[in-house]
Amino acid sequence: MTIPQISVFLENKAGQLADITAILSENQVNMRAISIAETADYGVLRLIVDDAPKASSILLEHGFILTMTPVVGVAVSDAPGGLSGVLGVVSRAGIDVEYMYSVFGQKDGRACMIFRVADTDVLTALLKENGIDLITGEDLGIH
Amino acid sequence: MENYYQKEIETADREQILAWQNERLVRQVRRVWDHVPYYRAKMEEKGVAPEDIQSVEDLHKLPFLTKDDLREAYPYGLLASPLKDCVRIQSTSGTTGRRVVAFYTQHDIDLWEDCCARAIVAAGGTDEDVCHVCYGYGLFTGGPGLNGGSHKVGCLTLPLSSGNTERQLQFMVDLGATILCCTPSYAAYLAESIHERGLRDQIKLKAGIFGAEAWSEQMRQDIQNKLGIKAYDIYGLTETSGPGVSFECSEQTGMHINEDHFIAEIIDPDTGEVLPEGSKGELVFTAITKEAFPLLRYRTRDICVLSRKKCSCGRTHVKMSKPMGRSDDMLIVKGVNVFPSQIETVLLEQGYPANYQIIVDRIKNSDTIEVMVEMTPENFSDNLGKITEMEKALVSALKAMLGIYAKVRLVAPKSITRSEGKAVRVIDKRKI
Repeated sequence: MTIPQISVFLENKAGQLADITAILSENQVNMRAISIAETADYGVLRLIVDDAPKASSILLEHGFILTMTPVVGVAVSDAPGGLSGVLGVVSRAGIDVEYMYSVFGQKDGRACMIFRVADTDVLTALLKENGIDLITGEDLGIH
Repeated sequence: MENYYQKEIETADREQILAWQNERLVRQVRRVWDHVPYYRAKMEEKGVAPEDIQSVEDLHKLPFLTKDDLREAYPYGLLASPLKDCVRIQSTSGTTGRRVVAFYTQHDIDLWEDCCARAIVAAGGTDEDVCHVCYGYGLFTGGPGLNGGSHKVGCLTLPLSSGNTERQLQFMVDLGATILCCTPSYAAYLAESIHERGLRDQIKLKAGIFGAEAWSEQMRQDIQNKLGIKAYDIYGLTETSGPGVSFECSEQTGMHINEDHFIAEIIDPDTGEVLPEGSKGELVFTAITKEAFPLLRYRTRDICVLSRKKCSCGRTHVKMSKPMGRSDDMLIVKGVNVFPSQIETVLLEQGYPANYQIIVDRIKNSDTIEVMVEMTPENFSDNLGKITEMEKALVSALKAMLGIYAKVRLVAPKSITRSEGKAVRVIDKRKI
């Protein structure tokens, strides 16, 4: 039920991000979500793409440092309080969300959020119990 | 009108200086042979006995001592006096792997302070002066050395030590300091602060004695103009006592080495051969009057030139140029000795590759050091917090090893420049 995420080390210098997107584009890899966490000197680029194994091997060939992490896609109602409701459930269960970000576009009028947690099984079970829909790789056109 | 602290010594003729050196060298070699088994073994290995050293002419027969010997013999291996006669140590700052601990008897301190007193008097100091010392006090030789010299001259001594610029300026203004002793970069910083606060009219400084790090003629002019003083260079190293091994006079064209206490040689750093006068090479010192820690033929690794040209100040002791570089890879950053190998040790301990680059720069007259380290798959995480935590741990480990703050910059793999397959370890951007 998880979605593969690729995280890439980015040195904060002009052109790093452009290089990565150009490499992915040349290889017909399509991005579904992107998020960057940064300090003044470096950052971590997180990507959800349609073909993660292909994208990671291409980036590795180009000398980038990366890591693959399973993350959870959560459907969130696209209305005020949508995300708040989900986070309330997660927080009450004592689950620590390391970080989260959103996927481009909507599905059936709902937004999709990516959650990074230490134990994805615990989170997916919790969300199911509370009737919160998960978004699968398939839903995002990931093969 | 030139002033001297010990006129008969400082202006003695060449024959007299040589006579002192010959007598003291012979005695010192015998003392070391008798009391320092570590050096005696080195002499035996070279087939030299005390009888072989009859004058300065024979000095070249003695084995060298290096920083490695100091490390090997640490802590007491080179001590030549019984502990009951030793009263103090001084040490190089924060260099764990290569810490130097030097020992002093009361007599050693006395002679060291005389050397510093000569420097203060050469800079125009008298017992009417107020001498403001903002070299660090403690293990560092700068504060204690100049403090003692200032006492000997009879100046009113302000033992401010380093840091706390506001307090420094207050004392300087309120007590009317006339002589300033500190590192040149701190002098430049103080000059800047005085300028910014519009205090120039309220200070009474006339001279500065600045050492413990390299500085350019440009920096001298800058400090002199900003403070309206004459800025004098002073040289020394913990191994040979501290500041005062040599000092500048009014001519400001090199530093007179106190030859009644130290014999200076210039050698080829690769072959160890003694070079003729006027050659550029590595400076080697033999301490002929020290009791507790008398290093013979100690290689300073500083590259410079000696000159016996007659000096207008009347002093007859040989002059050394400002050090023009190093014959090893040691860097002096903020007055602290830094070896790339120390940084490498920390990186390996912390799980980083030994693939790094050290960038030293001088920004607003203050040294900065930055260590570029390549990110590795093992150290990488999708969690930025984990990376910054590792980075912080590396910064503290470097601080513990070097004694100064070094900025860490994590860079992409293979982004550190390599020339002919070999990484360039140090980039020193300082214009000195």
